[in-house]
Amino acid sequence: MPTSLKTAPRSAKRRISVPRSIVPWLFLAVPLALLITFTFIPVANMFWYSFTSWNGISKDKDVVGLSNYIDLFTRPELFRVFFVSLYYFAASFVQMALALYFATILSFSTRFRNLFKGILFFPYLINGVAIGFTFLYFFRPGGTLDAGLELLGLGDHQQFWLGNPDIINFSLAGTSVWRYMGLNFVLFLGAIQSVSPSLYEAAELDGAGRWAQFRYIILPSIKPIVSLSFILAISGSLAVFEIPYIMTGGANGSKTFVIQTIDMAFEYRKVGLASAMAVVLLFIVLLITWIQRRIVPDEKVNLT
Amino acid sequence: MRYVYDTAKYVTLVVASIVTLMPLVTIVMASFKTAREFQTTGPFTLPENFDFENYVTAFTSGRMAQGFMNTMIILLVSITGTVIIGAMTAYALDRFDFRLKKVVVGAFLLAVLVPAVTTQVATFQVVNYLGLYNSRWAAIVLFLGTDIVSIYIFLQFIRAIPRELDEAATLEGAGHLRIFWQIIFPLLKPAIATVVIIKGFAAYNEFYIPFLYMPSSDLGVISTSLFRFTGPFGAHWEVIAAGVMIVIVPTLLIFLLLQRYIYNGFTQGAAK
Repeated sequence: MPTSLKTAPRSAKRRISVPRSIVPWLFLAVPLALLITFTFIPVANMFWYSFTSWNGISKDKDVVGLSNYIDLFTRPELFRVFFVSLYYFAASFVQMALALYFATILSFSTRFRNLFKGILFFPYLINGVAIGFTFLYFFRPGGTLDAGLELLGLGDHQQFWLGNPDIINFSLAGTSVWRYMGLNFVLFLGAIQSVSPSLYEAAELDGAGRWAQFRYIILPSIKPIVSLSFILAISGSLAVFEIPYIMTGGANGSKTFVIQTIDMAFEYRKVGLASAMAVVLLFIVLLITWIQRRIVPDEKVNLT
Repeated sequence: MRYVYDTAKYVTLVVASIVTLMPLVTIVMASFKTAREFQTTGPFTLPENFDFENYVTAFTSGRMAQGFMNTMIILLVSITGTVIIGAMTAYALDRFDFRLKKVVVGAFLLAVLVPAVTTQVATFQVVNYLGLYNSRWAAIVLFLGTDIVSIYIFLQFIRAIPRELDEAATLEGAGHLRIFWQIIFPLLKPAIATVVIIKGFAAYNEFYIPFLYMPSSDLGVISTSLFRFTGPFGAHWEVIAAGVMIVIVPTLLIFLLLQRYIYNGFTQGAAK
């Protein structure tokens, strides 16, 4: 601990001396006020609302006990949105595999490497609404995808990509892969490149092929970031919102858990039920994070 | 063998690039077509000539100027605030020992885990109660108040700044505010760059918060202005495409200019 006490009298000459125990609180006042106002109060209120049948407007909130939670787990139309998450969860495996593949091949010397890296990463930076519209155009009848299939002689495979409830979630999850793959890719690439090049040279001298280099050098070096990405993928697939909301508004069976929560609160004015849903989601996310911290101890996440 | 490997590698890279770019390329082409041309040609037909009429329509009728203005105001205020708040928090938590420090650290840690999108149901009531609904302040305070990742980044970074610097300054008679402002803050530059990049893209791209809290037509940001295209231009894809391009082009320019910083920023930010 730095000792400012010795010099306190000197500095006191020029300024009003503040007791050292108060100083950190002065620095923390605004951040803490924001943290409490916009995170902790809402979370606490959410718990409280979830036990009421409040509509978000009226002055009184009737306590209804656990009935919102019972509704949530017994009414199939409320429960069904969990299944939509599975599409995104499955898609995140595809996303991770693609990211891993491209990160690996681009970690070796490649012509136009920066160009390829830039192309693969750029979608991640694009505005979500712009992506939504781009893919509405991509999937619309006679749009980019249909025309592309026609061009490849696969015209028979044209579908109502966003109109058919059996297909819509594949289309939307695919859009999500297009959008987010680049981030995973760049993170994996960064982790691979943090391995000293001399390791590869040594491996090559020992006669290790590409596969052996991947298996014994690359894979171990990126294991932490890959496992972290998987855990984030689970909570991410439950919290999917932007792409389906912008593109379909949740129509044709593409409603996700978060869209449902938001609709329930702001469209149907069932703040109580919506809060119960949000609480459930929060618990699932916390549980997953807790499991992650148990299996993947990551010193980087340690705050103190 | 080597040859097969290299061929496969370049083939997959080219295919991936085509898949990535194709949706955007057809949007570019659509954005230059006239309404009649759009009706009669397919997505892969090149536009007859490159005039910017759709762009003008999108920019003026879509009130994009106002969208950029609102986005820039929110972006600048919230980035400045985030940097100052993040640095102050990190300074207090790293350089001082005080009672309840563990509780405060725990509170920030816990907050990282709460996905903001889930709490909107209740956050809405708080914002409403504070009278911030339908004002730019709603977006600004929410960007400031719920950004824990930046605090993390500053905390990681401030630990690497030797405490001897603080001590030397204290001996010189500098107070805490001066130490923070004149010694620590300038040394946090790399962390500031990271936060500015991550936060800048996040604020530019944010859709949900302005959509929910700023429904007034005068308060459109980039995302919500573009989202509103679906109504009036519903059938006019060529105008919507131009609007999409107007939103994407600034992102592309920044990306091309600051590539290296952007990769570093996101790599550092996401690992936290």
